[in-house]
Amino acid sequence: MLELLEITGIATLQDSGRRGFNKFGVPTSGAMDWYAYQAANSLLNNPANSAVIELGLGEITFHSLRNTVLAVTGAGYEVENYIWTFPLWTSFYVRAGWTVRVKKTSGGNWAYIAIAGGFDSPVIMNSRSAYLRGGIGSALKTGDVLQSFPPASDLLKLAARDHTPLIPYSQTPTIDVIPARQADWFMLEGIRTFYESEYTLSPSFDRMGYRLQGMPIQKAITQELISEGMTMGSIQIPTDGQPIVMMADAPTTGGYPKIASVSRASLPLLAQCEAGVSRIRFKETTVEEAQSTYSVIARRVLSPTKQSQD
Amino acid sequence: MLKPLGDSSILIQLGDAIDLALNARVHALSAFLQTSPAVIETVPAYCTVLVHYDPLTTTYSQIKNLIEEKISLLDDSTHRPSRRLEIPVLYGGASGPDLEPVATTLALSPSELIRLHSEREYTVYMMGFTPGFPYLGILNEKLTMPRMSTPRTRVPAGSVAIAGSQTGIYPVDSPGGWHILGHTPLKLFDPTSETPFLFAPGDIVKFIPAN
Repeated sequence: MLELLEITGIATLQDSGRRGFNKFGVPTSGAMDWYAYQAANSLLNNPANSAVIELGLGEITFHSLRNTVLAVTGAGYEVENYIWTFPLWTSFYVRAGWTVRVKKTSGGNWAYIAIAGGFDSPVIMNSRSAYLRGGIGSALKTGDVLQSFPPASDLLKLAARDHTPLIPYSQTPTIDVIPARQADWFMLEGIRTFYESEYTLSPSFDRMGYRLQGMPIQKAITQELISEGMTMGSIQIPTDGQPIVMMADAPTTGGYPKIASVSRASLPLLAQCEAGVSRIRFKETTVEEAQSTYSVIARRVLSPTKQSQD
Repeated sequence: MLKPLGDSSILIQLGDAIDLALNARVHALSAFLQTSPAVIETVPAYCTVLVHYDPLTTTYSQIKNLIEEKISLLDDSTHRPSRRLEIPVLYGGASGPDLEPVATTLALSPSELIRLHSEREYTVYMMGFTPGFPYLGILNEKLTMPRMSTPRTRVPAGSVAIAGSQTGIYPVDSPGGWHILGHTPLKLFDPTSETPFLFAPGDIVKFIPAN
């Protein structure tokens, strides 16, 4: 049980997402950085779909009402636990009454705070992920008390573990993308611009989409297409030619042509890009290559971490 | 035509038009694919079906083969029966602030506009925009209107509106650029209900004027 003492920025509970309702217009939601989310649960031997706190663009301070173990992952944060400072990608013991603060540094946007056992909250349409625009779940606020399930094993076995991420988090990331069906809606010049120039993230980004800024991409066809399904990572090119990458809370359908889609393996890299700071480049890959890279990376966090002390 | 949309979805394009028969095929294929364990979920739209799958268990070529096989097995007997829903609408006044201006623009009387909007049975071609929003079509061509040049920042839940060749109902308070003709008291989206959505893609909808 955690009692939240202070929150700046946006904090919600997220899990691996809400599946089965896209056809009714409900976004998948779930963690913005799937790798950091899974790694936080894997550090604590939590079930793979356990809910964690996703913290974005601010800080959170809480204390635990019971002895527990927490794991914090992500990019752009550090942790103060009682009198110690911990880096991300570690698990640590928290005694009842200790104050824990997850502090913003630089180099990322999102932190994932997992608790041994996983947070317990109402399941709405098969998921604990908040989708604030749709009135599903709510933003965490000062005074909230979060319940959790019993831990998977003895607390002491779960504490003091670390994880070396397989994601090369960077301020100059190369993002692998798979060309989209409407790639021929763009001028060859526009395609070249997309793959050869640098983009930065606009400051107005959120869980719905990442608007990028850079050289505009010229289209060969200017009409809107008939709306069709889209997914996290789809890169739409609206009229002004500046790419928008659909993120976790993106609408399920859209009518702008898509130039490409970010590979799953690269989504965490993009999610953690800093507005105005990171210099983003895109590199074309094939669906087969993207799937094999994803499979290596995902297996690292989806299989239970070995118990370090037995 | 099948094309990858990223490394965990594949888009099936069955045509390139807003057409009732084509859209019926979309919904039939979408429902048929949903029965396969390799399919996480499907998103039917006007003339496409997006299929989400898990690349850890299914490769692109496996999902592609599976879909091609399902398409070849798809026939009229796999079309599921449509539900028919009647939706009461209070047209005009505070419930439909755009009824009179739209009627004026289209050179119709408000009562003719109400008749032309409510006499047809519409199909839910797809859902999207906000949870539970049905894209209904196709409007009588006399009612075709471009979207408002400046969208409203808040359209109340239950608003029945038109734009282009479409009509729709806003399930939750949201911004919106469609012309509001009326209001229904029915709840289109309730996330805590066992049945959160009033509509499903492929449903038949008939508006019943309450005035």
